[in-house]
Order: sequence, then structure tokens, then C-alpha cells
Amino acid sequence: MSLKKHVKLGLSALALSISFNSVAAEDPIKVGILHSLSGTMAISETVLKDTVEMLIEQQNAKGGVLGRQMEAVVVDPASNWPLFAEKARELLAQEKVDVIFGNWTSVSRKSVLPVVEELNGLLFYPVQYEGEESSENVFYTGAAPNQQAIPAVNYLMNEIGVERWVLAGTDYVYPRTTNKILETYLMDMGVAKEDIMINYTPFGHSDWQNIVSDIKRFGSAGKKTAVVSTINGDANVPFYRELGNQGIAASDIPVVAFSVGEQELSGIDTGPLVGHLAAWNYFMSVDNDANYDFIDQWIEHTGNDEAVTNDPMEAHYIGFNMYVEAVKKAGTTDVDAVKDAIIGVTVPNLTGGYAAMMPNHHITKPVLIGEIQDNGQFSVVWETSGLVAGDAWSDYLPGSRDMIADWRKPLFCGTFNTATGTCGASAGELAAEAE
Amino acid sequence: MSICRSLTLLLIALFSLLSLPATAQEDDPGKALLINLAEAPASKVEEAVNAIVSSGDERARGWLEAYGNNRLSRVKDTGQVVLVLNNRGRDWEIADPLTGENMGEMSRRELARVAINNRIRGQLEGILAMLDLNAKDPDVREASAQDMMGKVDASLVEPLEAQLAKEEDAAVRNRIEEALAIYRVGEGNLEAVDVLAGSLHPRARAALNEAVRGDNEALAQRAARALESIEQKLQLNRAAETLYFGLSLGSVLVLAAIGLAITFGVMGVINMAHGELIMLGAYTTWGMQQLFPGQPGLALILSIPAGFIVAATAGIIIERSVIQYLKGRPLETLLATFGISLILQQLVRTVISPQNRTVVTPDWMSGSLVINDALSLTLNRLYVLAFALIVFAGLMLIMRKTRLGLEVRAVTQNRAMARSMGIRATRVDIMTFALGSGVAGLAGVALSQLTNVGPNLGQNYIIDSFMVVVFGGVGNLWGTLIAGLSLGTINQLLEPWAGAVLAKIIVLVFIILFIQKRPKGLFPQKGRAAEG
Repeated sequence: MSLKKHVKLGLSALALSISFNSVAAEDPIKVGILHSLSGTMAISETVLKDTVEMLIEQQNAKGGVLGRQMEAVVVDPASNWPLFAEKARELLAQEKVDVIFGNWTSVSRKSVLPVVEELNGLLFYPVQYEGEESSENVFYTGAAPNQQAIPAVNYLMNEIGVERWVLAGTDYVYPRTTNKILETYLMDMGVAKEDIMINYTPFGHSDWQNIVSDIKRFGSAGKKTAVVSTINGDANVPFYRELGNQGIAASDIPVVAFSVGEQELSGIDTGPLVGHLAAWNYFMSVDNDANYDFIDQWIEHTGNDEAVTNDPMEAHYIGFNMYVEAVKKAGTTDVDAVKDAIIGVTVPNLTGGYAAMMPNHHITKPVLIGEIQDNGQFSVVWETSGLVAGDAWSDYLPGSRDMIADWRKPLFCGTFNTATGTCGASAGELAAEAE
Repeated sequence: MSICRSLTLLLIALFSLLSLPATAQEDDPGKALLINLAEAPASKVEEAVNAIVSSGDERARGWLEAYGNNRLSRVKDTGQVVLVLNNRGRDWEIADPLTGENMGEMSRRELARVAINNRIRGQLEGILAMLDLNAKDPDVREASAQDMMGKVDASLVEPLEAQLAKEEDAAVRNRIEEALAIYRVGEGNLEAVDVLAGSLHPRARAALNEAVRGDNEALAQRAARALESIEQKLQLNRAAETLYFGLSLGSVLVLAAIGLAITFGVMGVINMAHGELIMLGAYTTWGMQQLFPGQPGLALILSIPAGFIVAATAGIIIERSVIQYLKGRPLETLLATFGISLILQQLVRTVISPQNRTVVTPDWMSGSLVINDALSLTLNRLYVLAFALIVFAGLMLIMRKTRLGLEVRAVTQNRAMARSMGIRATRVDIMTFALGSGVAGLAGVALSQLTNVGPNLGQNYIIDSFMVVVFGGVGNLWGTLIAGLSLGTINQLLEPWAGAVLAKIIVLVFIILFIQKRPKGLFPQKGRAAEG
């Protein structure tokens, strides 16, 4: 009787453990998506959530990864920077996701950093940013300043012959750091201080009359003038409208923008903007079959014939494929194994080349300069001859000149100072300190 | 071998060939020219353009224009060069550049754009402007002469002089003379400096500045003197410009605040959803433009009544469903209306889109009214300024001359007394709130022409609106007008030297200090009503 009971118990326990094992093998790979679906940033971030969902769908249709399906876990941090940290904690601690794709603004990334480092997560960050950072747990698939700002300035200087510079930006960390780098770079190149005008405006600025009129005046000093714009988000629309209304054409004073993409142009009548420039690593108009396939899939996924693709979407496309390749290479989704495996992983990008993950957790990218056309698209007028590897620490800032990041052993450090030979605090610690 | 010299040749060829009909033969020389251009590597583009230009083909102008506009493409399979008529969407409408014949649609995957760089484009623009100098319309001639300023080089001097000799319109002559003078100052010509001395055009100033920096001392002195006299004229223009900027920003503030001046100022309701009523007006404009595609101007005019009605209806619903139950409890009203504002924002995000919507500016509102070369008033802001004044005048009329206005004033001054005189206070409340909300809707219609139409539109104006009303004096429409215009002007005066961020802060600090001194604003209500 009692023996029988024991056997029964033992059997059922065995059955349970077997079934538990088989469940574990089929457990989906959980992909956390940490993009704002409401609030100010929803305009840019919602499409990135949709992009990752589309990529997961496609991967699952191909049979998933390592025989496991992938599953999206979507949270909404609502454009609220502290909430980003809470939601990241929720994803990693409660949902136990294997990887996170997310963030747009630098301030939200800084808020998430201490959490992903503490809980040892993986974060793919898809937006161009100011650099000066490299975390063990973050992969930067957007452009660092040397992959966007510096080549753009070189283009203006060498191809257009610009001698006078207006650095206009929104007042927050990305434009301020980028402009600091650019100012140092320009002065190194022999541009006089009085030939550089720097201007900051608040988020969502809509009254550009005075600033545009200032730019016009600054541009009538007899030297070719250009505006390097790090103006963010929808403030660009009234800015360009004012440029058009005050009759500043691209042939007089070209504006090269680092934050204006197809998405932003879709909210504006591009007639008066034709000829102004933008620097990115991807344009929707790139003439390439991989790109056209991606656009077709995107249009099908959104069900909107007018849907546009942009640079951060391509960054997620690259990041997602890199993650898949790294998991295949490592044979597991274990975070440390994937972190090791992903360095050196190479996947095709959408512009006809390849992107490789560098030891500093940045990737290689081509740099493209595009001109705004009357259909809201860019036409590529110039591109770097080869791929440019992202530089985590700028060579044009005094504090960061000696810093390097290398996440291979034995160095394994994001803040290694080559002058002193020491490894500084981690990116997460620095971010936490700054708060 | 400069492009411009060959372009001059083209000009001559064009005039002699204008009357010839277009031909479409198998061995059309144009075909080879275009294929040559399309397949040229970057270093040979200039040569290929040259070849087209010096061929004297009468279709060359169209080709070059299309080339400059990125509308020349090569069919990848056949190598044929085509004109892209419409490059929206996945299939592009194309035409044969040789015959102009429409070739239907082709997938963009099969087309490769013929690349152009900015240097070549600049040269193309110069020559196209040169061609327009022969247009019938003197305005077109003047515009193209203005385009020539700064673009004249040695090869264009001769044809320009010939043009000047036969030009009769004084304004166009002036422009051509200035364009030539800019070139000549660069060449060290002293008399040319005097031609530019009266010009306010930025390019003229640029040329003089360059001369001042140059090695030629006599020229530098003369140019410096010319610049000085220009600078004096500019000072006056700048002052006028700043004043205009200030009034224009002020008119936006007045428009945003004037509805609030009624609901908050007259009725005493702290309506945090005021910004969202503005947003509704802006979205109505967008909606009307969707209803009348291709007629943005008509849609905009129809949006004025439509925006008023939509926002007023929303206002009535808010008043009936929430505010009437919270009478005399300002804190609860504030919280409840703040909640409504969040609901409205999210509603727009969910129902329409979290993305901003494109509101088209009609042609008659784009561009600017040119007073002189240094002073031009942007038209959209000029219209908004006028609209703000009309709305203000309309509201004053309603409040002063109509029965509704009389009743509103009666109810706000003494509710109990007014009711005992037979005024239906509840009805007056509804009407007043609807009026204030409707005016917010009107503000939205105007703002859709200046700023982004998106779910956050209202948030950007709510603080400013309260600021203006409080500064102007609660309950006083004149106060709102004066406060809005003066705050706008102060802001724009500060901006050039303080920067946009600091200018805003300074204005806010100024208002805080002002309110400390005069808690009731610029124009406080007087008499017993003030205590009521």
C-alpha cells in the first residue's frame, strides 16, 4: 500500500520532471521591448516597437532560434525617464527576458544603465548618440559622433567649401556633447572662433523667427555658411518652415541635420526644403534589394502604403540579427555567453554592406549624406568610401582622448585610460553618480 | 573648359532652335548624350553635362532641369534613360526624355537615379536663371536676376550685359546691375562698390565684406565706407523686424490665451484642458484638409467655423459633465480638467495617431511680403497677427454689444442678483464656456499654420496662456491683449542676446516679480465686482 503509493508518487514526479524538461526546451526566447508608446517620444519610438515585433514574427516563421520560438514582451515607459529604469527592472527581474531592445533619448538610456548592469541584462540601443560611453551590457547599434557628425562636417568643408558654421541644437545632452566635439574639431581644423555660432533652443521650440533671421545675418559675412543642426524631434518642422518663409534656400545656407529622418519629414511639406541635407547611416531611398525587401515587409506589416522606414529601424534590424547570430554561435541564450559570442559577429545591413560588432560594443557603418527631395525622401549625394567603426570615446574631447573600451578579455573594460593604464567606473556607475 | 562657357553656347543655340519641332528618330543624338551622362563616373559628369550643353539640342533645358531635380533615372536592365514624372510610392511614373511620351509606371527597383552633386547643380541653377531672364513676366525676370546675384562668373558677364541693354523694367535692371557689380567688386572694380552701396541684399554685403578683407587697399576702404552706410540702414530695418517678430509671437500668445481669458478670467474656471481645446481646433483643420484634398486654402477657411463648433461642442460637454458639479471648488476643478486634458490627448493618440499630422499651408500663406532686401514679413505670421486682432475685436463686440455679453457680465458680477433679475445663470454658464472653448478652437486653426499638429500641441501653450491671462489681469480682455503682445515683444527683444532658453526664463522671472508687486495683473478689475 505505502510502497504502491511511493511508486506512484515517484512515477508522477518523474513524469513531471520529464514534462518540465521538455517544456524548458520549448520555452520561448523572451525579447523585451522598452520603447515609449505614449508621451512626447511616442512619435519616434512606436515604430521601433513595431519593427522588433515584425523581426520576431519573421524569425519565428523561419523556425525561431535554436529550435525555440521568440516572444515579445512589450512595456510602455511613457516617455518618462525614471519609469524606463522601473520598466527595465520589471523586464529583467519579473519577466526574465533574455534581451531588451529599447530606448531613444540618451537620458532614458542613462536611467536604464545601472539596472541592466546590476541585473546583467542585454540592451540593444538603436539611436545615434553623443558617445562617451561603453557598457558591458549595452550594444550601441546607432551612430557614434565619428559615424555621423564628423564625416558630415568633413563633407561640408571639403565638398561645399563651408567656412562659417552655425551649430544649432536642442538644449540637452546629445546636442551639447556633439557640438562640443564639433567645436573642438573645427578649431583644430583652423576655423576661427568668430566663425562659429552656437545656439540652443528648448524642446518643442516653435518660434524660430529671430534665430533664422540671426542665421541669415551670420551668413551674409562673405564666407560660405552652413548650419549643423542637432535640433531634435518635431521642433524641426517649424524651423524648416521658417527657413523657407524667410527665403533661405539650400544653395545659400545649407542645413545638415543629424536628427531629421524620413519619419520627421512625413509631417511636413518638403517643397521649400529641397536640397537641405541630413547625415545618417541609412536612407529609405537607398537603391538596394535587401532594402526594398525590408520596405515591402514593413509596408505589409503596418498595412500602410505610405509607411516609411528610417535609420534607427535599420539599427534594430542589424541589432536583432546580430543577437540571433550570437545566440546561434553561443548555442545558448545565457547572457555572458552571448556577450562573448557577439563580438566579431557580422551581419548584412540594408545599404548593401555588412555591419560587424566591435570589441567596444559599437558597430561598423557606412556614413551617407542625403539631400531632401520633394517627395519627403533623401537622395544620397555622398558616402564614405568604406565602413566606419564606431568610436565610444571621442578623440576631440580633452577628457576622453585617452579612453578606450574593449570588452574582450583580458582588458574587459569600458573606460580604460591608456595614459594611466587604469580602468575607471562602469557606465552604469557613472550614470548613477550623475543622478 | 568651363561649363558656363558652354552653357552660353547653349543659350545661343536654344534661341536659334526654339521653333524646331521635337524629333524622335532611332539614331537620336540625344539618346547617346543622356546615356553618356547617366553612366559617367563622378569625375566625368562635368564633361558629360558639357557635351549635352554644347550639342545645342533644344530639349537640353528640360533634361538639365530634370537632372537638377533628381528626376533623371536609368533603367537598370536596358540602360535607357527616362524622366521620372512621379517618384512617390513603389511604382514610379516615367516618360521618355527624347519624345516626352509617357511610358507608364515602373517599379523603383528597376530604376537607378542619375547622380548629381551640389557643385554641378549650382552651375545648372545659374544657367537656368539666365534662361528665365527672357521670360515675359517682369516678376519672373526679377526673381531670376536675383538668383544670379553671387553666381555670375567671367563667362556670364557678356550675356548679362547684353540682357541689361535690352531690359526695360527698372527693377530688373537694378538687379542685373547689382549682380554684375558683385562680380566686379570681386575683380577689384572701384565703381562697382558704389553700385552696391545702396543695396541691402545679403549677397551684396557678403561681397563687400570680402572686399574689406582683401589685399586691395583702395577697394577695402571704399567697401568699408559702403558697408557703414548699409549698416545704418540695416539698424532701422532690424528694429522693425524685431518689433514684427515680437508682435507676431505676441499675437500667438493672445490667440492661445484669449479663450482662457473668458473661461478663467470671466467665469473663474481653471480649465487645464484649455490646451487640448486648442489641439482639437488644429486637428479640425487637418480633418477639413482631408475632406477637401487639393484645396488647402478652402479647407483652412472652412476650418474657422468648423474649428469653433468642434471646440465649443467639446467645451459644452466638459462643462455639463464635469465643471458644473465643481462650481466654487477651484482645486477639484483644476485636477478634474487636468484629467480631461490627459484623456483628450490619449484619445487623439489612439483614434488618430501618435504621429504629428501634416497640415498644408496654402500658397497664399507661404513665403513673405518683401518690404526691402533686408526686411520681409513672413506671410503666415502676418495672417495670424491679423486673425488674432479680428478674433479679439469680435469677442469685444460680443461682450460689449450683445445680450449674451451683457448677461455674462451680469452673472460674473453678481450671480444671485442676476438670477433674481430673470437671467438663467446656468444657460449663461454654458454659453460662456462654449464661447471660450470655441475661441480656443479658433486659436488651434491658426496655430496649425505655425506649429506641429500633434497630441502634445496643447501642452506647449497651456502655461503661456495662463501666464498671459494672469499678467494681463484676470477678467480683462484688454489686459490679455496688451499682456500677450508685450510679453511676445519682450521675449523677442531678449532672444538675440540671451538665447531662446534664457529669454523664456527671464520672462517668467519678470512675471513672478511683477505678480508679487501687483497681484491682480496689469489691469485689475475695479469696484465691487473685483471682490465678488
